[in-house]
Amino acid sequence: MKSFQQRFFGDIRVIAGLSWLLFVLVFAVFAPFLAPGDPFAIVDKPFIKPFEGYGLGTDSLGRNLYGGLAHGARATLFIAVLGTVAAAAFGTLVGAVAGFYGGVIDACLMRITEFFQTIPSFLFAIVLVAILSPSVPSVVIAIATVSWPPIARVVRGEVLSVKQREYVLAAVIAGQKDLSILVQQVLPNTLSPLIVTSSLLVATAILVESALSFLGLGAPNVMSWGFMIGSGRQFLRDAWWLVTIPGVVILVTVMSINLVGEALNDALNPRLAAL
Amino acid sequence: MLQAVPVIIGVMVLCFLLLQLAPGDLAMVLAGEAGGAPPGFIEALRTRYGLDQPVYVQLFYYMKNVLMLDLGFSFRHNQSVLSLLLGRLGPTLLLMGSTLFLSLALGIIAGLLASLWVGTWKDYVISLTAIIAYATPLFWVGLMLILAFSIKLDLFPTSGMEDVVAFNEGFARVADIAHHLVLPSITLSLFYLALYARLMRATMLEQRGLDYVTTARAKGVAERQITTRHMLRNALLPVLTMAGVQVGGLLGGSVVVESVFAWPGLGQLAFEALFSRDFNLLLGIFFMSACLVVVVNIVVDILYVLLDPRIKVA
Repeated sequence: MKSFQQRFFGDIRVIAGLSWLLFVLVFAVFAPFLAPGDPFAIVDKPFIKPFEGYGLGTDSLGRNLYGGLAHGARATLFIAVLGTVAAAAFGTLVGAVAGFYGGVIDACLMRITEFFQTIPSFLFAIVLVAILSPSVPSVVIAIATVSWPPIARVVRGEVLSVKQREYVLAAVIAGQKDLSILVQQVLPNTLSPLIVTSSLLVATAILVESALSFLGLGAPNVMSWGFMIGSGRQFLRDAWWLVTIPGVVILVTVMSINLVGEALNDALNPRLAAL
Repeated sequence: MLQAVPVIIGVMVLCFLLLQLAPGDLAMVLAGEAGGAPPGFIEALRTRYGLDQPVYVQLFYYMKNVLMLDLGFSFRHNQSVLSLLLGRLGPTLLLMGSTLFLSLALGIIAGLLASLWVGTWKDYVISLTAIIAYATPLFWVGLMLILAFSIKLDLFPTSGMEDVVAFNEGFARVADIAHHLVLPSITLSLFYLALYARLMRATMLEQRGLDYVTTARAKGVAERQITTRHMLRNALLPVLTMAGVQVGGLLGGSVVVESVFAWPGLGQLAFEALFSRDFNLLLGIFFMSACLVVVVNIVVDILYVLLDPRIKVA
């Protein structure tokens, strides 16, 4: 059988997905150097078409589309990743406690998790951001609040199966405390499904962030891809590129993350992947 | 089915907590922030919600009011929130219903075909399309469809639910609404279509190797029969479960789609409420949507029993 690295990096999905993500990441990190200046600054006449003098063209106020995309990569990725990390932390806590202690605690925590999966989550995110007033922290909180339940369920399932293993029982007999058993023995063995689920959730988080900023609920004064589409939609008839280009960028980025996440899952579970 | 009650109570508590988070006291928010409510009305609200009393008493008053379907008054619209919601419910249900039908029907067919053609180029085309559709932002699909089919080809209207100045009646009106419905329901369906197609394909492939299929084949049942009578029915169950789980997401998506197409439903109302900072109306929409999700889940539970006689209604 091939090694994990061979399976993972030999996968066409990973090669395609990772190259695009690396490309976006370079823009996210080096946006101030690759597209110097304020992305909100007016640089030229409005409505210059792409490749007709100003890179990817300008928007209705004469802002540079390329600059917006570069700085948007920074904001969108930052918010999506931060929201997912917060969701992963909270979801792991809930799932680990529920799985490890079982009984009434488990039943209560899982009811709450199911509750958060039942309610219309995007609508909840909208209400949350509207009430907390739009800002980077409130968008991050909204993303985390709607994405933690799947993590909690995955971690709980893993903890349930791991805690019966001999080495955990040995740690219990050796008198190790609950918390250190959880952190040192149980959780490290739940990492791989956690990483797969979280990586797929980053994709969802990007979609949520874009939809929020499209609706005008994004952080003010932060250029993001969804905001660019939202501000360009009025000019759809005359300036198609203002909506089309940022949309394609979101689409390809989300798809790349999905492809890499699924390939990661297949590489970690080679027997399931054969199905 | 019994879980419906705790969910509704949970949603009410959540709404109450969100109201506490909003700037200003409960009465101010309920009256619609800067919504121009008369001062006497706010005072009356303060006494009615017991704002001089501890928080749990306030919660009790709040829940009592919501349970009696008193969701407050929107001064922006000069209407009670309940009547506003009921007025906008129809268009949203129409959009949701057609989307559910479209995404389930096409998703199941696409997934079934992909599983029958597994490993061939046809399977790759279906799977790749599903992967792309699964990653596309809803609002962008809507705008692209408008660009292609309304602006360039002029086949469908860009917005609204019907041509109000045409004064259509009877069948002409139905046809007009259906014509307006095409683009919004395709937009909202696309993501779910992809989701169901992928799930259907995966479950069909999983079913393929199970014992009952081997038994049927050994008995000499025709392949076509095995697929349609045996595997398809079993594979439908996870898809149905997923459809029930996704109803909440569908309602969230309809906010975006309705605001793109100016479809006069709950989502569009939510969009308007956002901009007038009418939090009480927004929470009313949230509450109503959560109730809708609960109702749909009950329907899914019943459908489950019809599809699989082994399961009983809990």
